Amino acid sequence: MAAAMPLALLVLLLLGPRGWCLAEPPRDSLREELVITPLPSGDVAATFQFRTRWDSELQREGVSHYRLFPKALGQLISKYSLRELHLSFTQGFWRTRYWGPPFLQAPSGAELWVWFQDTVTDVDKSWKELSNVLSGIFCASLNFIDSTNTVTPTASFKPLGLANDTDHYFLRYAVLPREVVCTENLTPWKKLLPCSSKAGLSVLLKADRLFHTSYHSQAVHIRPVCRNARCTSISWELRQTLSVVFDAFITGQGKKDWSLFRMFSRTLTEPCPLASESRVYVDITNYNQDNETLEVNPPPTTTYQDIILGTRKTYAIYDLLDTAMINNSRNLNIQLKWKRPPENGYIHYQPAQDRLQPHLLEMLIQLPANSVTKVSIQFERALLKWTEYTPDPNHGFYVSPSVLSALVPSVVAAKPVDWEESPLFNSLFPVSDGSNYFVRLYTEPLLVNLPTPDFSMPYNVICLTCTVVAVCYGSFYNLLTRTFHIEEPRTGGLAKRLANLIRRARGVPPL
Amino acid sequence: MGLLSDPVRRRALARLVLRLNAPLWALPVAWLERTMRSVGLEVYTQSFSRKLPFPDETHERYMVSGTNVYGILRAPRAASTESLVLTVPCGSDSTNSQAVGLLLALAAHFRGQIYWAKDIIFLVTEHDLLGTEAWLEAYHDVNVTGMQSSPLQGRAGAIQAAVALELSSDVVTSLDVAVEGLNGQLPNLDLLNLFQTFCQKGGLLCTLQGKLQPQDWTSLDGPLQGLQTLLLMVLRQASGRPHGSHGLFLRYRVEALTLRGINSFRQYKYDLVAVGKALEGMFRKLNHLLERLHQSFFLYLLPALSRFVSIGLYMPAAGFLLLVLGLKALELWMQLHEAEVGLEEPGGGPGPSVPLPPSQGVGLASLVAPLLISQAMGLALYVLPVLGQHVATQHFPVAEAEAVVLTLLAIYAAGLALPHNTHRVVSTQAPDRGWMALKLVALIYLALQLGCIALTNFSLGFLLATTMVPAAALAKPHGPRTLYAALLVLTSPAATLLGSLFLWRELQEAPLSLAEGWQLFLAALAQGVLEHHTYGALLFPLLSLGLYPCWLLFWNVLFWK
Repeated sequence: MAAAMPLALLVLLLLGPRGWCLAEPPRDSLREELVITPLPSGDVAATFQFRTRWDSELQREGVSHYRLFPKALGQLISKYSLRELHLSFTQGFWRTRYWGPPFLQAPSGAELWVWFQDTVTDVDKSWKELSNVLSGIFCASLNFIDSTNTVTPTASFKPLGLANDTDHYFLRYAVLPREVVCTENLTPWKKLLPCSSKAGLSVLLKADRLFHTSYHSQAVHIRPVCRNARCTSISWELRQTLSVVFDAFITGQGKKDWSLFRMFSRTLTEPCPLASESRVYVDITNYNQDNETLEVNPPPTTTYQDIILGTRKTYAIYDLLDTAMINNSRNLNIQLKWKRPPENGYIHYQPAQDRLQPHLLEMLIQLPANSVTKVSIQFERALLKWTEYTPDPNHGFYVSPSVLSALVPSVVAAKPVDWEESPLFNSLFPVSDGSNYFVRLYTEPLLVNLPTPDFSMPYNVICLTCTVVAVCYGSFYNLLTRTFHIEEPRTGGLAKRLANLIRRARGVPPL
Repeated sequence: MGLLSDPVRRRALARLVLRLNAPLWALPVAWLERTMRSVGLEVYTQSFSRKLPFPDETHERYMVSGTNVYGILRAPRAASTESLVLTVPCGSDSTNSQAVGLLLALAAHFRGQIYWAKDIIFLVTEHDLLGTEAWLEAYHDVNVTGMQSSPLQGRAGAIQAAVALELSSDVVTSLDVAVEGLNGQLPNLDLLNLFQTFCQKGGLLCTLQGKLQPQDWTSLDGPLQGLQTLLLMVLRQASGRPHGSHGLFLRYRVEALTLRGINSFRQYKYDLVAVGKALEGMFRKLNHLLERLHQSFFLYLLPALSRFVSIGLYMPAAGFLLLVLGLKALELWMQLHEAEVGLEEPGGGPGPSVPLPPSQGVGLASLVAPLLISQAMGLALYVLPVLGQHVATQHFPVAEAEAVVLTLLAIYAAGLALPHNTHRVVSTQAPDRGWMALKLVALIYLALQLGCIALTNFSLGFLLATTMVPAAALAKPHGPRTLYAALLVLTSPAATLLGSLFLWRELQEAPLSLAEGWQLFLAALAQGVLEHHTYGALLFPLLSLGLYPCWLLFWNVLFWK
């Protein structure tokens, strides 16, 4: 074994200079990510991000082999000497007041802004041509971008990626507010994805659901990024993002509970085989609105905490590349349920057995402050057996009082004292610590009226009459329907003859 | 003054006030709370609101919101499982403040006693019956009429009995007792006996239906007066409306009655101490109850406070009336059978293959159209007036309540014209069989309905049976048709209602003129619809969905060609 290792290394080294493709790790990678955020308004936002990174210098090398990076965009970068490209199509408006701050901002309509390389001589011409090409790629009306709606901002739009200089001469910005986003824009956008919509997170991108939302925004961002920590060379990053906000009332039928299937009418079945990372993040930060907590199903394996947009957030992570996640049931349907705290409790119910044991319902519930909790039990009134009625059945039947036991937080922290020493009135219930004290309350007994027959004279009369009628009728019926006929005594039978012989011997008349 | 002397303007102003929903009178909630608390009761309030289906012109209310105040006297050493209720309904028209005063005085007196075994709830409701309904629904945690109300914070177990008190004037010369509740329900007779005992003990002058008790039953006057009282009770019970806020308690099986202090301008007056003593006596007796009142009768008719007619006596009368329908139906059945045999015998010789089922099938098919159309008319009568009130008010210069009543009458009258056309689509191979089959079905339908009504609300069933049965039995397309038609119209449910109103006022010795009667009739229609929606009274749906379609069938029989 020790001899085999150096041998293998040697073989690799020998192959190294010639056999590129075998030895070098793939120079491009795909990461995909879905963030599901329950919004304060009760709606749910879903943000997809697909990031393709390619360690290649598109401008310098005459690249012809594309693997994950879409060729259409790659050629665009080299042909028009782009440094950055940001294109978004949005329908609807992000209601910051109700939905909170968005991850990805975009104006309503189509927005395109591009940084060109400083090698470009005629920026306006390239801009014009670029917008026309993009118009073809995304089936959008970007060809209507001309000098009348193009500006060159000087302060607002800095390059998002690696940039040495920021000469605003190479920046162009245009917005088409009337642009309507529809399936025809989504389909080419989806085609740019390495797994298209066959596997991975992109199976959820079903057009009829995505356009049935209150907000839809899809975007393409291309920028150069550092290849390594020292930034010796650059890589190209393509981010395709898509944000949608599902309406609680339309999609959820008024309920605040969600699942992937209810939102997208699809579940996740398999990870994209080309992806190096494929994750679903679910925001499970406890908003504590209406005293509700969020429950996620299946329970996440890991969680991630960070400060996002100024607030501390907790995310549940589902890694699709984790084989245990999907292999169990061949699909993953993440469900979000809003639960009121009382439902989280422990419920023990022991049904009654007639005349043997009563019903027992025990509930462990956490009550929110200043609230009214109503526990109601449906019951049916039933007739008892006639011997089971008490002498005063019209008084009603007692249901014993319910018991409420609680650990109430104490306003003043009590000192832990030796309870052998403390006064007797204070030491029946053991106190675990000084911050809580124990309380047991009883409700009033309940008087329930059960259906009661009228035990008075008419009842007796009816009973007696019925008995008499039944007896008379029965015997009369019996007499009237029975047929009588006389049976002749038969001579014969061995036993009878024997008996008669004996009787004759005894001097008794024969049978 | 001059502005309001014109009745049209006055009504317009009243409607304006209704629309503005300005409370003309409101319960002094804070004062009541304070006073009850100072007396030593546990005091709670309940707010409620209800939008009526259309403006109530007689009580001048539409969007009602109010507050009920109630104080609970907790019985010592009892677990709040049973309670008694003393309620005073306060409305905007009659403030009933005397009764509130008496209630507070009684509460103060009761609080000092130690013998209470049941909690006593002193309830003051706003908007009289609406407030009572809201309180009862919240107390029993149900919502049957779409009332919006805040939940009750204080409860006192199962209510065993309730007494409602109304003192309409400062001077009380007699106490009138009302027992008729919602849908003709009655309290247990023992509660009434209890009241009567204390009336006699305290020497109070008690009346029933506003009539003095006849002293002399041997001469003719006594029974005659008893008959008048009995008829008044039948009419009031048949109306199915709660005559006092006790009527709503009966739905929850709480025995209840209403006491009304009346100034009938007699020479002997009672101060409120006498009334209070009677009430105290009643409450002390009820306090001793071990069971709910159940020993005595629930179904009875009262010719006087001390006499009653038991169900065993009056039920056979209704039974015999319904027997007429049954016998008539039997007769028709036999006639139909004979006609069938008669049809078959001549056809039996030449073609034995003529089967029986087709002729029967034709007979049944001819019934479908009239049955469906009359039921549809009933449904329209039930649904359309309230549903279409806004359309009607947009196109005609009428108020909503008038629109509802007039739509009701229009649909009712339209029903008379509509079913004429139904039988033309039917084949006419056996003309007599068609109407006979229809009448047979209608007779059975009517008998079933009247039987069911008589079991739940005898007065209503009996009243309808006496009017409808003769005309129903006589109706046929031959003979003096005009006479039959007049008879049938006179005994239709609406005509019965009109007649009952005249009879009622006649018995109360306040006869109506025709115009007044008509106005009262319109008001009664509106009240009937309104009470169905606000309290769940069943008279309106019963008449519109059950008896009116059935009556239309007889009308159809009469005009069968």
